[in-house]
Order: sequence, then structure tokens, then C-alpha cells
Amino acid sequence: MASAAASEEAVKAAKVLMVGAGGIGCELLKTLALSGFSDIHIIDLDTIEVSNLNRQFLFRKTHVGQSKAHVARDAILKFRPNINIKSYHANVKDSEFNVDFFKQFNVVMNGLDNLDARRHVNRLCLAAEVPLVESGTTGFLGQVTVHVKGKTECYECQAKPVPKSYPVCTITSTPSKFVHCIVWAKDLLFAKLFGDKNQDNDLNVHSKDGSSSNSDVFKRDADEDLDQYARRIYDHVFGYNIEVALENEETWKNRKRPTPIYSREALPEEALKQNGTSGDCTKEHEEPSAMASLGLTNPQEIWTLADNSRVFVEAFKLFFQKREKEVGNLIFDKDDQLAVEFVSTAANIRAYSFGIPLHSLFEAKGVAGNIVHAVATTNAIIAGLIVIEAIKVLRGDYKNYRMTFCLEHPTRKMLLMPVDPFEPNKSCYVCSETPLLLDVNTKETKLREVIDKIIKSKLGMNLPLVMIGSTLVFEDGDGLEEDEAANYALNLDKVLAELPAPVINGTKLTVEDFQQELSCSINIKHREEFDEEKEPEGMVLSGWSAPVEKQVNSNGANKSAASSSSAHDSVEDISSKPGMKRKLDEISETKENCGASTSAQVVEDDDDLTMLDEDPKLKKKRSL
Amino acid sequence: MDLSKYVANLILFFRRLRIRAFRAMGGGGGGAEEELTAQETALYDRQIRVWGVDAQKRLSKAHVLVCGVNGTTIEFCKNIVLAGVGSLSLMDDHVVTEDDLNSNFLIPHDESIYGGRSRADVCCQSLKDFNPMVRVDVAKGDPSLIDGEFIDKFDIIVVSCASLKTKLFINDNCRKRNKHIAFYSIECKDSCGEIFVDLQNHSYVQKKPGGDPKQQELAYPSLQEAIDVPWKSLPKKTTKLHFAMRVLERYELSEGREPGETSLSDLPAVLALRKDMCDRMSLNESQIPTALLERLVAAGKKEHPPVCAILGGILGQEVIKSISCKGDPVKNFFYFDAADGKGVMEDIPPTPAD
Repeated sequence: MASAAASEEAVKAAKVLMVGAGGIGCELLKTLALSGFSDIHIIDLDTIEVSNLNRQFLFRKTHVGQSKAHVARDAILKFRPNINIKSYHANVKDSEFNVDFFKQFNVVMNGLDNLDARRHVNRLCLAAEVPLVESGTTGFLGQVTVHVKGKTECYECQAKPVPKSYPVCTITSTPSKFVHCIVWAKDLLFAKLFGDKNQDNDLNVHSKDGSSSNSDVFKRDADEDLDQYARRIYDHVFGYNIEVALENEETWKNRKRPTPIYSREALPEEALKQNGTSGDCTKEHEEPSAMASLGLTNPQEIWTLADNSRVFVEAFKLFFQKREKEVGNLIFDKDDQLAVEFVSTAANIRAYSFGIPLHSLFEAKGVAGNIVHAVATTNAIIAGLIVIEAIKVLRGDYKNYRMTFCLEHPTRKMLLMPVDPFEPNKSCYVCSETPLLLDVNTKETKLREVIDKIIKSKLGMNLPLVMIGSTLVFEDGDGLEEDEAANYALNLDKVLAELPAPVINGTKLTVEDFQQELSCSINIKHREEFDEEKEPEGMVLSGWSAPVEKQVNSNGANKSAASSSSAHDSVEDISSKPGMKRKLDEISETKENCGASTSAQVVEDDDDLTMLDEDPKLKKKRSL
Repeated sequence: MDLSKYVANLILFFRRLRIRAFRAMGGGGGGAEEELTAQETALYDRQIRVWGVDAQKRLSKAHVLVCGVNGTTIEFCKNIVLAGVGSLSLMDDHVVTEDDLNSNFLIPHDESIYGGRSRADVCCQSLKDFNPMVRVDVAKGDPSLIDGEFIDKFDIIVVSCASLKTKLFINDNCRKRNKHIAFYSIECKDSCGEIFVDLQNHSYVQKKPGGDPKQQELAYPSLQEAIDVPWKSLPKKTTKLHFAMRVLERYELSEGREPGETSLSDLPAVLALRKDMCDRMSLNESQIPTALLERLVAAGKKEHPPVCAILGGILGQEVIKSISCKGDPVKNFFYFDAADGKGVMEDIPPTPAD
């Protein structure tokens, strides 16, 4: 039993880092503590919410609002006071968690909920040469993978499909699914009415009255009472805008024509009066809720058009009555009851108009909030598997590393299926030095666009630095000299060809992130024509991740992935990207992140979304 | 066959079908009429998105008994209390010893708290804290003596750290009752684990990805029937752990040992028993590797915490599936071995293919 003793020794001596104290994190911390780990550091920036309590068992109702990392630490110490747990209520992307910080650990274990943080941790682990055990769950599905530099693939060696996004016109004019209506209600209508007024918004994109007068339509007139205002907006977006859209006969040639809806029909005066003016029944200390103030109690029920309309108007008014200060900078949040009510009912009214089946508030919330299905059991199993792999890592038992999938439907009798890890992808821009290729119009595109849309969004860099040859054209972060900062700010608004070192066809950019210790090269290809629908960014990056060729078999899991898009995002469907082939097409698994969208507003839940293809024929081993 | 008989048969067939469908949809016994409270909807939001409102309502009406409190069953208890079962009763009068601390995270390292108290008693309070909406209590008594009337209070019975004799006794009792009581046994031997499931006749809604929901029927063998299956009739690739666990179980029974009361010194006698059993059942001894038996006897009562989490998680899922009549349940054994990382289902005796 020498091996058991060796494991025990390795565990006792280990210093480990856990990133994430949510669904997987709670289970992991408990299992680590029981397994003899005695020096555990844990980072999580989240605070506790009620909907966490069904699985994040270290938390109680009284903890709602407190730091997950701190509460988890305290809960474990109550049972195992003799171990050392250090908790950080912080973002793992903060600069204090640099490569040197990571170097102190023997292994890092992720229980994260978003692609962005996962990629960041992956890079730090590569730079610090610390093994990473990565995990994710959704519903009954889950996976654990091991990433050890030079031995197995890194987290970014394989495609991470971005959530599906939709062509702008599907959202603004021709919705055919409920999710289209949700995206419209959330990203266009809600953002227009309650969000930042300066943001681009396609809400009226197809209306005939031109963009100049549009902004005024949504403004409240000086002498308008709230009810009039609400009804005017209602009539405008559900009635007038639909009439305008109907004028374009071409659009409806092969489609069902929508029905304009006006408040006087959907919402008779009496119905509104019956319930009095809004706010009467809402107690001051409670979170305002339109359904509560209208006496509706069951969020599982599908409401009629009239009820949806009542709640819509009520929610609209409550925003101005109870939360006026926030209007103008609200961002949709799945835990904001009033916002959920507004978005759900708006989506339903629009769905009604387009002949799309209506949904309950509960269902609509799931779609709008991009909520990840989560249960305690899967998290517990995944945490167990993480610890098993972590112990192998600590013992250097790399021949026995496995990635393991937790399945809902058994495959070759297996519910837990171990697979040999893959070797590093030689063309991975993160763990190899393969250059990327960027198609861009160098005469029109500004450096700022390349940095925001490509370097930060796509390459996931936090504080990038951009060099052309030996000329530094941009640097991010604190500690810059004033003149440097001013110089970089100037460069940001220059087009590529006019930078101090001009970027033209064939130029090679060097991009670095000091915190992540990641450096990569981008070869520039000048191109003037871009397809507006397929390439809305006016740039195409290739070689940055192997694409996914086939549609992922989802077990229903992709329902939530489908909703994370925003109409502002790119409209391309990753599965149809040209010129990109799936590198390891024998791989059956695809990991997906629930909130992988590049728009920062996407709300994420605590656990990850996983997609698995359970077809055993696709599964082939690939030895180290 | 004459026409009237044919029609009568047809009517009977459809009636049966309707009754089954009714049961599977949440009809009958208790039903699922009442709505969940706002509090329940908020707390269970994420899991309702996995298994639906009806399953959640059924869960809240289910009564679960756990005989034998250890690291593995406590993982299971945590999972179903979080999920929101109606009630959970713990039966284990053993006084807590230091050994219990190794894998049971609900027992604090403080003798002034656990000293002199039973395992069930110490764990009960913490489980209550996990979810105030679930009733958790201690059922005093000896699992080997529980009677039918007591058993009738439950829908699910989970047995662990009990002798084969006790398991057979409880399983037999469950099958004799008029009401449907699902039986599970679960054991963790360090890095290995076994779950046995007897749902008797179970009808459920099967939903394969991309397919329409389908009503399915399963008929389970009893524990006695399952372990009596001649080894030579089992497929060659049957998990070796299945045979190894039978040898160990038989050894403990014949030596009059407590469950898990083995050590490395028992290995020669266990190997002799292996030869004996393999000869009788015409199985090649290599199907039960010595190294595996060695690990199992050396394990004794030791549970490896990650394996507890995995087994307790799988069992939690299985119990939720069985209560909700949704999803393919394990029929009828589940094995996990951390050495190869596989979590495997075995159907013993194998269900004949249609």
C-alpha cells in the first residue's frame, strides 16, 4: 500500500488554489478538506443569492449578500478547524493574482462559471507552469479535464463555441422563436427605455421615420402622465412599429404576417382601473413587483395577452415610480424581479404578435437570464472527480490522468466515462507560438477597434500591449507616464495604416499581456470588402481557435446557450465559418460556456454549461 | 380468438396503459395538485429547470429512510435534503468514534460535541440546517429488525454498512408491502464502490435527446435473485468489482464479521474462497484479480472522500429519478473504481433484448 501512503504524503504537503466557491466550489472545498488537504486558497468575487442555496450547501439564508469565498471558508473551518484556508473575495483577473501568485501552488482547480475567467486562469497556469484541473456542469452533465503544460492540451487548445447569436434583422423584424422575442425585449427595448441612452440601439432600425426622430419617441413628454406614457410606448413598439414593418411586402412574401397590437384592444381601460394605479399594493420595503401589485401569484402559469399587457404597463410604471434614479443606467439582471417581469411580458406580447407560443414568467426568465440548470448531485460527483485527478497530479502520476465525463444517458454502460487526455494542439495560439491571421481594412479600421473586438474580446487579453516591429503603439494598465498615456490615446483613434509604424498588408503585430504572460503574433491581411451580415465587425480573425464543425448534441442543454446572444454581437454562426476545420474531429466533447458572449452584460450563473455528445462511436482514445 | 374476447383484452390493455401513464404523470397517491410556494420556487429555481415542477412536487412528498450513517450515505443525505425531499429519517445507533471523522463531514472534530452521541443524532441537526423545508429526524432502532409497519412510512429505503443478511431482510420486506418502496444498498470500500437498486416494477418517462418522451416499464430482480445469478451466465465484460464484492460479502457472512471488518490478514482466506466460488460457478479466477481483492480487504471500513461524493451523487440522482419517474434509472448495479475512473452500470441478470 505504498501508493496510498504516497498519496497521503503528497496531499498533506500540497498547497492548492481553488478558483470559484459556487456550486462546484462548495462541494470541492468539502471534499478537499475531508481528503486531507490542509493548505487551500480560494478565490471568488461573487456574493451569495437565494437561488444558490439549493446546492451550495455551505451557505444559509442568513448569508445572502455575503462573500462566497469567506462564508465557504468559515463553514468548512467549523468542521475542520485544523486546516489552513485562505479566502479572497476578489476577481481572479485582479492584478494581485499574477504569475508569481500562481507559482506558489502545486495545483489549481477551477469551479468557474465563465469562459473569460477560465481562459485567464489557463494562461496564468501555463505561465506559472502549475497544473490545472478544470471542470464544469450543467444539469446532469459534467466534465473534469486535466491541463499540464507539455503533457496534455491546454484549456484553449480546442474550440470553445461562442453562444449562438442571431442576425440583427431576425431580432428586429422577423422573429420566429420565443428566444428572438426575448433578445429583442432585453437587448433592444429594455436597454432603450432603461439603459444607457448613448448606446447604439437597433430598436427602430426598420421604421420609416428615420433615425433622427427616433430618440424622441421614447422620451416622456413634459405633460404626459405615466399611464399615457406607458400606453404610448406600448402602441409604438407593438403597434406602430409592426405596421411599419408590414409595409415592406418583400419581407412577408414567405412569412406569416404579424399582427399589430394596440393597448386599447389588448388592455381595456377598465382592466387597468380595476387594479388601481400601480404601486398601491407594493409595500415600501419590498422589491417592487408588477405581478405582485396586480395580484398575480403563479410564475409557472402562461398569462393571457391581457395579463401580459397589464404586467408590462405596471412594470414600466413601477420603474419610473420606484426606481427612477436607476433609469438611464439599468442593465438587465436575472435577479431583478421587475426587469424580468418587464422583459418577459414584452417578449410575450411580441410573440403574440408574431404567432409564437407564449411562455410563463419562469420559462421566460430562464431564457432571458441565460440561466444554467444546476443540481447538487452533479456538482458533488464532479468535485469528487476533480480531487481524484488532483491527487494524481500531485503524485506526478501523469500516465493515469483522465478527462472524465458525467453523462445523463449511459454510454457503453458508463455513467462516468474516463477518456485519455489529448496532447497539446500544435497550432494553439495560447500554448504554442503559432501566429494568427487577421483580415482587416487597414485604411479604415482604428486601432481601438482591433484592441476591443479582437485582442480583448476574442483573445481574452486583460491588459494588452501592442507592438509593430519594435514600435510600441499601445499599452494598457496603471503606471504609465502621462505623455505615454496621451500618445497611446492618440494612437487608439488612428486607423491602422496611419499608426507611427504603419500597419499594412503583411505587417506582423505582436500582442502581449504581461499579467497572463501571454504573447502572440498576428499577421495582417488587408481586405476592403466585408459581408455586413456575416462579418459585421469588418474584421475576421482566423487560427485563434479551432472551430466546431458539427452541431453539438445537447441533451437539451443548448437551450440556455441559445439565449446568451445579444443583437449587437457578431451574427455569424460558428459552425458555418468558412475555412476553419475542426482539428480533432474525433473528439466527442465540446465544452461550452454559458456566458461566453463577448458582451460584458451577459449575466452568468455560478455553474458552467457543458455540452456532451454521447455517441460512443465518436470516441477514440488518443494517448499521451 | 373470438372478437368479444379480443375487444375485452384491448380495453383492458388500454386501461392498464392509462393507469400507468397516470401514475407516471404524477397522478394517484398524493398527486401534485398544489402549487409550489414562492419560497420553494425561489430556492429550487435552478433544479426545477432540470427536472420540472411536477418532479419537484413529488420530491416534496417523498419519505426517505437511511439505515447506516457513513461518509457515503451522508453525501447522499446532503444531496436529497438540498433537493427538497419531504422527509429524511436516519437510523444508526452506533456511537460516534474517531474513525467516523475521516469521511463524514457532518461530524465536527470536537469530542465535546459528538462524544457519546449516535451517528444519526449528530448528523441530524446539520442536515436540518441545509434546508429548513425538509423534515429530518432520527429513527432509533436496529435495521436488522425493522418491521413492515415501520417500513410502510417510507417510499425510499437506503441501506449501508449492513450485513448481507440485513440487506436481504430489508429488501425482502420492501417487496412484501402493498405500497411501492424502492430499495437501495450502497457501499464504499476506499477507492471502490457499489450501489444496488431494486425498484420492483418501475414505470417512467424516458426522454432521449432529440426524441419524444416515451413510457417505459422495468422489472427489477430482488437482491437475492441478483446475487444468485450464476456467474457463468453473465457477459464476459461484466465489471470485475461485481464478482469481487460477492466474494467479500460471502466471506464476511461466513466468518460472522461486521461489514467492513476485514484487513490484509484476511487475504489468504478470501483468495481461497474466491477459488471455491469460481470453481462452483465455472468462472476463471482471473476475472477477480488478486490485486482488486487485496484492495478491498485492506480497505476495511475506510471510505475515500472523493469516492463518497461520487457514489452519494449518483445515488442522489437515482433516487430523484425514481421519485419523479423521469429519466433512465440504474438497473440494477452501479460500480465505481477510482483506479480506472469508470462509473459503470450492470444489469444482473441481463434483461433479455427484445
